[in-house]
Amino acid sequence: MSELQTALRQDQNALLEVTDLRTHFRTERGIVRAVDGVSLTLERGKCLGIVGESGSGKTVLSRSLMGLLPSSNTITSGSVKFEGKEILGLPLKEMRRLWGREMSMVFQNPMTSLNPLMKIGKQIEEPLSLHLDMSRADARATAERLLRDVRIPEPERRLDQFPHELSGGMRQRAMIAIALACGPTLLFADEPTTALDVTVQAQILQLIGEQRTDRNMSVILVTHDLGVVAGHTDEIAVMYGGKLVEKAPTRTLFAEMKMPYTMSLMRSIPKLEEASHTRLATIPGRPPDLVNPPLGCRFAPRCAYARDKCLTEEPPLRRADNLYHFYACWYPVGSPEFNQREAELASGVVPVTVGAR
Amino acid sequence: MTYATLPAPAEAPPLAEAAEKRRLGIAFWICIAWLLLMVALAILAPYLPIKNPRLNFTHRGQAGASKGPSAAHWFGTDKDARDVFARTVYGARVSLTVGFVAIGFGMLVGGTLGILSGYFRGWWDRCFSFLFLVLLSFPSLVLAIMLTALLDRKLFTIAMILGVLAIAPVGRLARATTLQFAEREFVMAARSLGAKNKRIIVRELLPNVAIPMSALALLGMAVAIVAEGGLAFLGLSVEKGITWGGMIQLGSDSSKTLERAPWIAFFPIGVLFITVFALNFAGDRVRSFYDVKEISL
Repeated sequence: MSELQTALRQDQNALLEVTDLRTHFRTERGIVRAVDGVSLTLERGKCLGIVGESGSGKTVLSRSLMGLLPSSNTITSGSVKFEGKEILGLPLKEMRRLWGREMSMVFQNPMTSLNPLMKIGKQIEEPLSLHLDMSRADARATAERLLRDVRIPEPERRLDQFPHELSGGMRQRAMIAIALACGPTLLFADEPTTALDVTVQAQILQLIGEQRTDRNMSVILVTHDLGVVAGHTDEIAVMYGGKLVEKAPTRTLFAEMKMPYTMSLMRSIPKLEEASHTRLATIPGRPPDLVNPPLGCRFAPRCAYARDKCLTEEPPLRRADNLYHFYACWYPVGSPEFNQREAELASGVVPVTVGAR
Repeated sequence: MTYATLPAPAEAPPLAEAAEKRRLGIAFWICIAWLLLMVALAILAPYLPIKNPRLNFTHRGQAGASKGPSAAHWFGTDKDARDVFARTVYGARVSLTVGFVAIGFGMLVGGTLGILSGYFRGWWDRCFSFLFLVLLSFPSLVLAIMLTALLDRKLFTIAMILGVLAIAPVGRLARATTLQFAEREFVMAARSLGAKNKRIIVRELLPNVAIPMSALALLGMAVAIVAEGGLAFLGLSVEKGITWGGMIQLGSDSSKTLERAPWIAFFPIGVLFITVFALNFAGDRVRSFYDVKEISL
């Protein structure tokens, strides 16, 4: 094979390839299957959104991908390939070489993710001197440039300020600057906007998007808010009970979602055109117990469209008409059974109950 | 599932109020000034123009050895006609040395063990927590008395014994504080940027744990000084040295002495009291100052 071909192949290769990843926690109650067989790929420069409600395993997924979970009570299996190299179960020493330089993470709460006793500048300079062996002066100059990149006004003054002197949005920007410091190829953003104001949310997401294009970096955006991922991702993976239940390019997902769960998430977003005080649509029930997950489809007990088959047989991940659209449902949105139940629900023949049989 | 699921960060208090809260207060600085004065006196005692603390100041034809405060002897003289002021100043050397060394040793050992067990958890934690429990289950004064009886009674030995007793309380605070901070995301963030354990402990955890520890250090020093006073009162502290506890004991060995020459015991008691009070007050202020900072985060 010629060198050009090798290079081409390299280029076509996905940045991140996850196959059948399982992360289980040993607890006193038994084994918690927080992530249970997730496969996905992410290309360089793309943004993948991972959506799900609390306890669906999305945070655990992102932390297992990055290898940040405590080793003592965690069992992981499957495969995570980063730039073609297996990184799952890599010794800590080698993971440290990846952390910060190749992959880094923006955390949910900017109030707690910065060291309260260290100046902002120092916190950005730390990884620079650690990984890139920069001199103090160089690191400081780079830190200032990074702060300017993330649109923090008066960066040279901010360098000498402490986190509590900055607003929430500013702190999250500083956090992003720290995560970007060593030019990672993959950025995990774990609910980066949940703790922020709505107006600031949009700015932060836009900032992450800009940096992604500028740096040709891949982003995994973890959130519980479909609205957040809509405008900022290329692809969306919906998680439920530790499993991937639907995965599609963003446009396709919103146009033709297959999973009733995705649809329920969608319906629970408040709409502008609704009259004020309209009751928000909610998903009844609670996420499944991950120690004893339900036998069939994990969403079935809460699904208004579930039938007997859903409760006994687990649906496999199937490909939809679109080549890149996958879903795990026996009676997806648009199927005859689904439409029949929809009509019944609308006419009130079948009361809307949890786990209708 | 919608926007604003989390409450917005608490509004910062108005600037004037915040500035008010963040001040340590004049009383704090008075305490610090007193402590600094004590330290200076203790260090400079041999070079100061004060009387020899071991010298006998009886003169022929004078009845009774002890005299009340006068221009010549500010704090009076004791039963052996020695200058109480000079002895009080020299006594500060023992008390403060014991205070510093004891709490310094306690901080070094207890703090290290506490941070390690709070950060690594698991077996480290189990072993060290057990050790702390064992140390705490001894009645400390009895243990100190026993050890002083078994070992020699040099200044350093006494200080180290009290230092060993300081390990457990210091260690437990260090462990609890570390547990609390290790949960914070900034520790995970530092890890996710490739920082090693050593770096995380030294750069991220230590400064944060040091603040509540500094408050405890001041309080612990007070406890150590009082404990030394107690030992001295029982005649079990530094053998040949001049100590506040020893002076108090000398001045209160009988009700007659207390009645006739109250100054012998009163002055060392007063200085000991003010010093311990200053340490406690300063420690308390440091702690509440830190609490305010924590809230504003």
